[in-house]
Amino acid sequence: MIWSWIPQNWSLIWQLTWENAKLGVLSALYGLIISLPLGIIAARWRWVYPPTLAVVNVVYAVPSLALWIALIPAFGLTDTTVIIGLTAFSLCVILPNVVEGLRAVPAPVRQAATAMGYGATRRLVMVELPLAAPVIIGGLRVGVVASISLASLGQLIGVSSLGYLFIDGLQRSFPTEIYVGLVCVIVLAVICDLLLVGVRRVLTPWQPRRQVALAQWPGLQRVALRRGAA
Amino acid sequence: MRTRTATGGIAAIAAITLAAVAACSSSASSSSSSSASASASSSNPLSSGGSSTSVVVGSANFPENELLATVYAQALQAKGVKVSTKLNIGAREVYYPQVEKGTISIIPEYNGTLLTVEVDKTSTAKTTAEVDAALAAKLPSTLQVLNSAPAQDSDSITVTQATANKYHLKSIADLKPYAANMALGAPPEFKTRSDGIAGLKATYGLTFKSFVPLDESGPLTLAALQSGKVQAADVFTTTPQIVTDKLVSLADPKFNFAAQNVIPLVYKPAMNATIINTLNAVDAKLTTEALLQMDNAVITEHASYSTVAAGFLQAEGLS
Amino acid sequence: MSFFSYAWDWVTTSANWQGSDSIPQQIIAHLGYTVLPLLIAALIGIPLGVAIGHTGRGAVLVVNLANAWRAIPTLGLLILLAVYLGFSILTWLIPLVVLAIPPIIINAYEGVAGVDPDVKDAAKGMGMTPWQQVTRVELPIALPLLLVGLRTATIFVVATATIAAYIGLGGLGRFIIDGLASNDYGPVAGGALLVVLLAVLVLALFAVLNRLVVPVGLRKQAELGRTE
Repeated sequence: MIWSWIPQNWSLIWQLTWENAKLGVLSALYGLIISLPLGIIAARWRWVYPPTLAVVNVVYAVPSLALWIALIPAFGLTDTTVIIGLTAFSLCVILPNVVEGLRAVPAPVRQAATAMGYGATRRLVMVELPLAAPVIIGGLRVGVVASISLASLGQLIGVSSLGYLFIDGLQRSFPTEIYVGLVCVIVLAVICDLLLVGVRRVLTPWQPRRQVALAQWPGLQRVALRRGAA
Repeated sequence: MRTRTATGGIAAIAAITLAAVAACSSSASSSSSSSASASASSSNPLSSGGSSTSVVVGSANFPENELLATVYAQALQAKGVKVSTKLNIGAREVYYPQVEKGTISIIPEYNGTLLTVEVDKTSTAKTTAEVDAALAAKLPSTLQVLNSAPAQDSDSITVTQATANKYHLKSIADLKPYAANMALGAPPEFKTRSDGIAGLKATYGLTFKSFVPLDESGPLTLAALQSGKVQAADVFTTTPQIVTDKLVSLADPKFNFAAQNVIPLVYKPAMNATIINTLNAVDAKLTTEALLQMDNAVITEHASYSTVAAGFLQAEGLS
Repeated sequence: MSFFSYAWDWVTTSANWQGSDSIPQQIIAHLGYTVLPLLIAALIGIPLGVAIGHTGRGAVLVVNLANAWRAIPTLGLLILLAVYLGFSILTWLIPLVVLAIPPIIINAYEGVAGVDPDVKDAAKGMGMTPWQQVTRVELPIALPLLLVGLRTATIFVVATATIAAYIGLGGLGRFIIDGLASNDYGPVAGGALLVVLLAVLVLALFAVLNRLVVPVGLRKQAELGRTE
């Protein structure tokens, strides 16, 4: 492990990390922006959800590299191709969480809001979305972490990202470079994950911390509910 | 009230997020305009490389080429030219269209393979002088090559010392009786290149048992050769492991692979006298020995491309 | 020309179905790279996940794993092992197994831990030993989520096996990597299309498996929105 390589190449490492971060974070954000309206519709009109989910399941199964390749004739070997592909993937992870989060809002709460005079929109914005926020953000976390990691694959189609460190490291049989790449991707993903945890705490200050750790994952939320922690 | 605080929090976060998205999107789309597409689509050739004082130096996807690109870039920067780099783009088949369109202004090339793979597949030019002349004559109008360097990095069919001893191999022609039992390893594009599988067949009558796609004379190729996964491989002649692993590069008496001097391939409209003179000065000092030494530093000793390039330029008084 | 026309032209060229690097051979290779790691990951992951779910110990590990496993770059892991091990079976086996285990453990845990406590109490009350509780009660109820975990892992391994071609392996990724190197979009598109078809096949397979193996009542629960 050649430690001196790191300070010597700091600007390269930083530049690649920044580009990888852009690709991953933007994709997840776009995924969220698309998932929210779609999810709200699917939660409200139940018949929309099963076909939507079927499409989502198929898109989720498509490997990112294959998806990017399908987009190349239209968008070239560019950042755009990578971002569109990763947005589609993030969508598949975030949308089910939006729907489940909204549906998990207990009926009595909704009825209380209606009784207080909230119209449907106000109820959605002021009651249902905030209550669904932990689950939605849970999906966003998975989306961001996965997108950051997948963005490194973009280097295979020439899109600059931390994947460069893997490829150059392979070509020169240089493990140091590969380790640096691995650490940078993982650290970047963890930082974004923790930032989102902070966002969740700000947005849902009424949630006790320990229960939320379980609740941000829909399945585990079911577990938590059954254990009477909700 | 709690709801007001939460709403305020939501609004603040939404505002910050939108601002960040807007900032990132605009920089994401400007960096995607500087990387071109695989098919002939609508990227604007004037969007970069048009100014006479700013150029884009690109490189292919193997270390020696990245090194050369770094050398060119630093030499130009020392002369006050504004340079941005786009390294590790891909194989020639990927970056060549980009140079043609001007998205890349300068890329280090190898005159022989450039000629036979991209410019004129039927060319019979073999020596440095012949190849340079053929290139000057046949390149498309937007492209130009500058002076070729003395340094050569050719494809070579290489075997291990043991294989060479076993079959008494000195030149590629000696492979003829044994090729049918040998697996050949090479970069994937070797399969379709005119001096690749087809060239070996036409020039030496060789048909190998199988073709194994590996990498650009990198660790996969060398490992495959050493482990016996392939019995012969395309190893570039300035690969340091030829010396350290005692590999034998077979001679090419019939010139299947033409002369392969390092030569800058440039996008003509982006050139000016300063750039041309600087690059020619660099090439004049670039010998095979110097290139091999730099490759060794970068590949075996894992030195940084920028450090090694700077060292070379300083030693030759070019920076 | 669009992605589909390039892909279709290439897939329907009969030359690509013959010879040593033909489509059928790479499909078989790809399946090999998928099935073996999955079996090993299932053998490790299911018992572990079930144990953690049943006893409740180590649940913190699972919760943290749930987010962390997605952060590991698959290409980096493959390349790291290629540099250290060269052309060995472990070069691809270790990363693929390591990447397949998390979704299996997480969903096995979820499935078992999510069993209604009343049902678990009933089982204990009937005098079942822990082994009987797990095998006769908890596992069958956990089956839908177990299948989801296996499905996620399979999809992930299929995708990662595609990239493994970059370090010299075979499989459908070979067409993609070679095509990218030669700037020949035909095999690139064709390879990508075949990978997508394989992924869809995996989904269909698991849908059938779900129908066959999981009792109707539990199936309804599982259909409620799970991609992970």
